[in-house]
Amino acid sequence: MQLNEIWFLIVGFLFIGYFVLDGFDFGVGMSLPFLGKDDTDRRVLINTIGPVWDLNETWVIVAGASLFAAFPEWYASLFSGFYLPLLLILLALIVRGVAFEYRGKGKTVGANEVVWKRNFDWMIVIGSAVPSLLWGVAFANIVQGVPLNEQHVYTGTIFTLLNPYGLLGGLVTLTLFWTHGLMFIALKTDGDIKDRASKLATKVGIVCTGLAAAFLTWTLISHWSVLGFILSAVAAVTLISGLIANYFKREGIAFSFIVVTIITAVGSLFSALFPNVFPSSTNPAFSLTIENASSSQYTLTVMTWVAIIMIPLVLLYQGWTYWVFRNRISRKSIPAGSH
Amino acid sequence: MFASPESEKLMHAAISAVLTELSPLDLSRWQFGITTVYHFLFVPLTIGMVFLVAILQTAWYRTQNEKFLKLTKLFGKIFLINFAIGVVTGIVQEFQFGMNWSDYSRFVGDIFGAPLAMEGLLAFFFEATFIGLWIFGWDRLSKGLHLATIWMTALGVVLSAYFILAANSFMQNPVGFEINEAKNRAELVDIGAVLTNIVALNQFPHTITASFMFAGAVMVGISAYHLKRNQQVAAMGTSLKLGLWTVIVGGLGTVLSGDGLGLAMVQTQPMKMAAAEALYNTAAPASFSIFTWGTPDGKSELFSVRIPNLLSFLSTHTLDGKVEGLNDLQAQYVAAYGPGDYMPVIWITYWAFRWMIGLGMLSILIAAVGLVLTRKNNFALPKWAWNIAIWASPIPVLAISLGWLFTEMGRQPWLVFKLMKTSAGVSPGINGVDVLISLIAFTLVYAVLAVIEMRLLLAAAQAGIEEPKKTESADHLAVAY
Ligand code: HDD
Ligand code: HEM
Ligand code: HEM
Repeated sequence: MQLNEIWFLIVGFLFIGYFVLDGFDFGVGMSLPFLGKDDTDRRVLINTIGPVWDLNETWVIVAGASLFAAFPEWYASLFSGFYLPLLLILLALIVRGVAFEYRGKGKTVGANEVVWKRNFDWMIVIGSAVPSLLWGVAFANIVQGVPLNEQHVYTGTIFTLLNPYGLLGGLVTLTLFWTHGLMFIALKTDGDIKDRASKLATKVGIVCTGLAAAFLTWTLISHWSVLGFILSAVAAVTLISGLIANYFKREGIAFSFIVVTIITAVGSLFSALFPNVFPSSTNPAFSLTIENASSSQYTLTVMTWVAIIMIPLVLLYQGWTYWVFRNRISRKSIPAGSH
Repeated sequence: MFASPESEKLMHAAISAVLTELSPLDLSRWQFGITTVYHFLFVPLTIGMVFLVAILQTAWYRTQNEKFLKLTKLFGKIFLINFAIGVVTGIVQEFQFGMNWSDYSRFVGDIFGAPLAMEGLLAFFFEATFIGLWIFGWDRLSKGLHLATIWMTALGVVLSAYFILAANSFMQNPVGFEINEAKNRAELVDIGAVLTNIVALNQFPHTITASFMFAGAVMVGISAYHLKRNQQVAAMGTSLKLGLWTVIVGGLGTVLSGDGLGLAMVQTQPMKMAAAEALYNTAAPASFSIFTWGTPDGKSELFSVRIPNLLSFLSTHTLDGKVEGLNDLQAQYVAAYGPGDYMPVIWITYWAFRWMIGLGMLSILIAAVGLVLTRKNNFALPKWAWNIAIWASPIPVLAISLGWLFTEMGRQPWLVFKLMKTSAGVSPGINGVDVLISLIAFTLVYAVLAVIEMRLLLAAAQAGIEEPKKTESADHLAVAY
């Protein structure tokens, strides 16, 4: 296997890791207005992801930086081409991250606590929904191809990206992450809120199944491959199995299934892309591929060593964190009278 | 709204004329400058404070004295309020190279991307994981393990600083690369050279020690606020002393490492040192002006206060060493790289360099006086003394921002010194309107965040170690929000 092929896999792995991990953070964020009847409920929800959202979000930083190191042309064309959507994602991540840290601190500055918290709660909701939608739009467009000229410079506008396939992709990630988050809440909480989360997961999950089926079929028709077919099929089966497990209140199994769904669904997109990384809809000859977008052999070798040593370590200590915070959280865990 | 279709047409023509005038280059530079300086208002406090918190927690672990626990919690809170903004503004930084500087990314990505990716894999993951464990782990982990998590966070923080500075150093002093003509880009041939760039080796201690100065000054300011009111004296006296010593030790380290950095700079970017002094003609020995009245471009100097031989000493470590002037260097660069203006904006570099040093020295002086006044734990000082200590806390961060302004503006017109001009690095596909939108959006959001963050920081500082009563029980594990 060539080093640039390995790096295609690593970049795919990092983005998949990002979507699996930050995906449920987004889902939890979007659920605040639906499950959080009062402040205690909302605090239960936010504390389910409290210790981990930051490290989950870090996956996108590492994915982006790895793209830069291994496929600079791809990083350059993609990030400058998708300028405005990325701006929106960045702004969303900024307000979301700040809101987690600051929503409980209104009392310390003598602000009207109700207003203060309501504002930050909305920042969490919007900050979770916007990236969930836009990452799907972005990845669908990457797979479909965008207008790139001979220098691999994007020549479209933001409206070029808002085509039916792109928007469908966005709705899939939006509903998929939301379902994922709801199943995570069901796994991590107790009592009434847990029941309401699984009920809502069924509803959102059914919508998601319909959208995902349409999207994956569309992808397969335009980019047929056996691997793509297998991955899409597994994604479909695990999504439905996850919903069934969720219905029968087997939260752990449901959550595991939907993790596999995200892995295989995003995996099928990467397999549809290969060996392109950023196809040009203007002229296939202008496409960026793993060949013409990649770094030099030397850089790839250095980075491969770093990745081989670091990624297992990262998985180990992050796994340990999840283990430390494995307990369920309920209304009883929220001390009264504190923020 | 419009009197006639003609005036509407004119209006549209005027608007589109303005819009096409908007240069993505200038706007991108403004955006990068604003967002980076903003990021680096918070980062130094993170770097310094994580160590001070770790030290306080270690003191508590060793002595079991409640005072240290309370201080750990107080300064931990300050650290976290600040960390939140450092993290979210950092993501913007990571994406901006591709968004606004894509031709730069194409040209140097093979080299520049490597330290950034290493930073992510080695440092950011580490930092983000252990900070979560520290915040939420108070009742989950054993005391020793919990203490270890803050030290691990500190390790992640300095590692990340090293890698990002190595990346920046490549722009100041490109090493370890070869130009690939066919691909029209610079390619990495020696990662060791990039990671041991002489500029990085000097920038790193300078930045870290400067960060210590800032964190120390903030600790002094908060302690002074309470000592002035004669409250929480036992604990605040301790943190005052820790803060003062941190400013002094950090300050001496900053001066020493700044000296090393100056030598490295003369070797690698002589134009920058000439610009720092607005030295137009080569001189040996060269004096250093503390203050120039008139035009600081050196051509029409009316009055100046000068220290003889100092510039020679800073540049060469000899009293009469030769320092090359701007005009000679300009001529050399024209001969080497073709016609063009190779001088940075002189008044910025001149004044930024002076104020960096001056403000830093002022900060050290204030801390030294503070140590003398409070020896033998005498905290009964007049109000004005405490006020000085409080208002002096932001001085180091001003010095830091000016230092970066000097470093980055002094590199102009180069984006990568001698390899790529700033004007060649900007993204070819983006238009002025998009960048204007993002510039306005970032500036507004950052301004609002600054206000919120300041309110929270001040409130936490004023509350001090008096925590609101909490009902702790075994159930309340792992909830911090
Ligand atoms: C509290 C802050 C502070 C203080 C007191 C000083 N510096 Fe500094 N200086 C910085 C904070 C800083 C900085 C913000 O951290 C910079 C920007 C880039 C860097 O690595 O450090 C910097 C850059 C910087 C550079 C530019 C390096 C380059 O562009 O390659 C030089 C030559 C010096 N410093 C030298 C000094 C000297 C000789 C000092 C005192 C005698 C001094 N600095 C005090
Ligand atoms: C390793 C980290 C850094 C890198 C890689 C970096 C890189 C860059 C780049 C690509 C630009 C845009 C081109 C230009 O206008 O010159 C720039 C400009 C700038 N950077 Fe840095 N920078 C770094 C650190 C910093 C820090 C920490 C600060 C300040 C706190 C800073 C301050 C600035 C400023 C003020 C400009 C605007 C200069 C101008 O408009 O000409 N930089 N830097
Ligand atoms: C312009 C280039 C820069 C980029 C691309 C960048 C990138 C980032 C990113 C992505 C984060 C968030 C990490 C997380 O999620 O944990 C971050 C935070 C941080 N950065 Fe920067 N950064 C830049 C400049 C600098 C410089 C020059 C330094 C230090 C010398 C620095 C030190 C830090 C530190 C210590 C943090 C962690 C905590 C905090 O921000 O308060 N950064 N940076």
